[in-house]
Amino acid sequence: MAAINLNVNGKKQTVDVDPKTPMLWVLRDHLNLVGTKFGCGIAQCGACTILLDGSSTRACQLPVSSAEGKEITTIEGLSENGDHPVQKAWLEHDVPQCGYCQAGQIMSAVSLLKSNPSPSDADIDNAMNGNICRCGTYLRIKAAIKTAANSSI
Amino acid sequence: MKVTALAGGGLVLGFNSLISCTNKSEAEVMALPKEWFEMNGYLKIGDNGLVTIMSPNPEIGQNVKTSMPMLVAEELDVDWKNVIVEQAPLNTDIFTRQLAGGSQSIRMAWKGMRTAGGAARQMLCEAAAATWQVPVNEITTEAGVLYHKASGKSAGYGEMASAAAKLEVPKEVTLKEIKDFKIIGTSRKNVDGLKIVTGKPLYGLDYKKEGMLIAMIAHPPAFGMRLKSVDDSQAKAMPGIKDVLTINSYADDYSRQWCDVSAFPELVVVVGNSTWEVMNARKVLRLEWEKFDDHTKTFSTFWGTSESIKVPGGLENSTKHTQLMAELAAKKGKVVRKDGDPEAAFKKAAKVIERSYTAPFLAHNTMEPMNFFAHVTDDMAELVGPIQTPEFMEKSVAARLGLPLEKVDIQMTRMGGGFGRRLYGHYLVEAAVISQKLKAPIKLIYSREDDMTFGAYRPAYHAKYKAALDENNNLIAFHVNAGGIPESPLFANRFPAGAVANYIAEEWAQESNITVGAFRAPRSNFIAGAEQSFLDEVAEAAGKDPIEFRLELLDKAINNPVGEKNDYEADRYAGVLKLVKEKSNWGTEQAGVHRGVSAYFCHDSYVAHVIDLVMENGKPRVQKVYCAVDCGIVVNPIAATNLIEGGSVDGIGHAMYSGMTFTEGTPDQTNFDKYRLIRHREAPAAIEVHFVKNEIDPTGLGEPPFPPVIAALANAMYKGTGKRIYSQPFVKELEKDIQAM
Repeated sequence: MAAINLNVNGKKQTVDVDPKTPMLWVLRDHLNLVGTKFGCGIAQCGACTILLDGSSTRACQLPVSSAEGKEITTIEGLSENGDHPVQKAWLEHDVPQCGYCQAGQIMSAVSLLKSNPSPSDADIDNAMNGNICRCGTYLRIKAAIKTAANSSI
Repeated sequence: MKVTALAGGGLVLGFNSLISCTNKSEAEVMALPKEWFEMNGYLKIGDNGLVTIMSPNPEIGQNVKTSMPMLVAEELDVDWKNVIVEQAPLNTDIFTRQLAGGSQSIRMAWKGMRTAGGAARQMLCEAAAATWQVPVNEITTEAGVLYHKASGKSAGYGEMASAAAKLEVPKEVTLKEIKDFKIIGTSRKNVDGLKIVTGKPLYGLDYKKEGMLIAMIAHPPAFGMRLKSVDDSQAKAMPGIKDVLTINSYADDYSRQWCDVSAFPELVVVVGNSTWEVMNARKVLRLEWEKFDDHTKTFSTFWGTSESIKVPGGLENSTKHTQLMAELAAKKGKVVRKDGDPEAAFKKAAKVIERSYTAPFLAHNTMEPMNFFAHVTDDMAELVGPIQTPEFMEKSVAARLGLPLEKVDIQMTRMGGGFGRRLYGHYLVEAAVISQKLKAPIKLIYSREDDMTFGAYRPAYHAKYKAALDENNNLIAFHVNAGGIPESPLFANRFPAGAVANYIAEEWAQESNITVGAFRAPRSNFIAGAEQSFLDEVAEAAGKDPIEFRLELLDKAINNPVGEKNDYEADRYAGVLKLVKEKSNWGTEQAGVHRGVSAYFCHDSYVAHVIDLVMENGKPRVQKVYCAVDCGIVVNPIAATNLIEGGSVDGIGHAMYSGMTFTEGTPDQTNFDKYRLIRHREAPAAIEVHFVKNEIDPTGLGEPPFPPVIAALANAMYKGTGKRIYSQPFVKELEKDIQAM
């Protein structure tokens, strides 16, 4: 156990955990932020995607010690009222079915649009390929990303 | 769940604040009312006209949480924007069939939920009539407002709710005509949309309670094995660990219900303060396993009859399974249906075509792994989590804990996928037993590996088809021999039965200790692909267009059917083929675009697919999927379209990429590194959905879009590659010819 200083969604806080604890479990079990989901634990499904200094990363493979001194953004930190352009696009296209993968999909999409504001279909496929949707909403996700890209960010 | 009775017979239910939801922004939502008036178990009306409607069924992503309340809101005659939806807990006093399975939620609730809404509307009309001293048949309603046109009086539902709630619930309710629908048949967004995209706690895995401990299981590494010994000394000493124990979820003499599927009733459990600590402690458990012998298990079926199933001992191998199935398919199976004289017809045929199709076990792989919360005390059990069969599981839990049914309380959380996996609630029983032993609230969670290797798979299947054509290329005989491990996929009375004069359907099964369960469109999810791929080959041998070939057969089934028990309506089946033919411009060739067609009937609905496939660097790529669907009245078009898109992607994905195999009883795939699921890059570029417009009461939709798409894909790939593929996953065959996939 060690005291780890974190900056999550703009809030500075300290957790007392094993430094090897994946950020996923620090968020879910210790910080009560359950928007970031557990799907596989081996960075194969993308359900745990968060932003680390603005760039997408799989929280299940990020030891909490590596997050010290960095900015963590989770789905809860994207907006106050769900009005981030990507969230709004998701609602406009009525994307979710079961919804479990969508927080991870949204975070990957946010990261993509930060570095590539006008992605092609191939760009979207490549950036999003790490996020599995078992319900098959891939086409709606792509459409929502294009809508978000076209709106002013 | 707290229930207090009101004078006048109404019941006020305690609502869990975790569960209520609206998809509107805060600015649009009406303020919460000062007082709620319960009209019946399905809805309450606030003094300001805001309406809360309960959604009774488990939500697995099929969006009944939106479409079932729409049925109530329609007949209640309110504006949908003033509706809040809450997930109902299990409550057998108020609700019937709180189950997600068989694509039956809307079908079964169509009349009942509309009646609930209509009854409340009638009570409001009676209250207005009494208040205004006018005849009740002069009261009209529109969008939550009551009118007496003759006198110019009007009142919002909120004003009359208090008086209405005191009235007797009417026995006879007149429902709206379809042409008067304002909500049913219009697209309404997912009521949980905003909560999903903002990461609110919705799923069982998210549920928390003060003092809750985390529990994880260890189960045998192979089917055919059970626990032999445990050395938990190291594990118990790990940080954050409260206990390590062994549990038996099902007693040996317990007559299991159909949903009590579990290959591993005896489990080692690690309990601790946090998930990571429990995962680490589990790694240092020293466990020994041993093989078990042949034995039988008694189950009661879905319909309450008793069934004895043999569970063979031994460690099974997929290579052996393949061989066994081929041997069994070569023998005579149990004849389930015979029309005419197939033997004679095959003897005199001008052409005979015979083909065999196989597919592996599949794991459901819901994105949210199995989990459940349980808090069991001496006199009650509180359970919260993802379950498709709460009413059935309540019985198993009560029996296991030794508590009466009324003391078991089940709250359903939104599920991160079902697909049939969460029909089998062994994990509820496990969580309840753990909590009872520890005398503490616990959340049981499965890792992806625990989940993927636990069983309840879609069976492995084998289907052999034989067709006879006469000298005029008419289909004169049809023979299907279908079987599987451990169950057959056969539907003997489905098309082309009824359309062929000489028909024989036989089946067989090979027992196994690998457990199976319903997977989206059970049996259909394999047999449709096999049958529709075969019909494509027969059409080709007959020199006929695949759609015309099917329509000819369906004509015969309409005008001069063979036999009596033909389990499909041939005109509706033909209807979806005609619709997909029209919408896909079937017959128009585009350079480089290879087309395949398929159609199937299941869960009372009809679906036809055309797939447009292109070859990119020698690899097939689905460019477009056309879907024609007859599911009767479509309640929520945007949600229905999403579901059909998803079902199509699901079918394509599993047929192309997925499969569970076993070596010495051990699953070869334990996570998504080895078990391949379709991803963004492989999804179709476009999907177009068309509905047959009719006024038939709604039929199933969760499952019907899955089965036929597989053959549309196989048939299109044949056009693109010149090769027919007979075994799933297709990618294995393709990889033999194509360098890099």
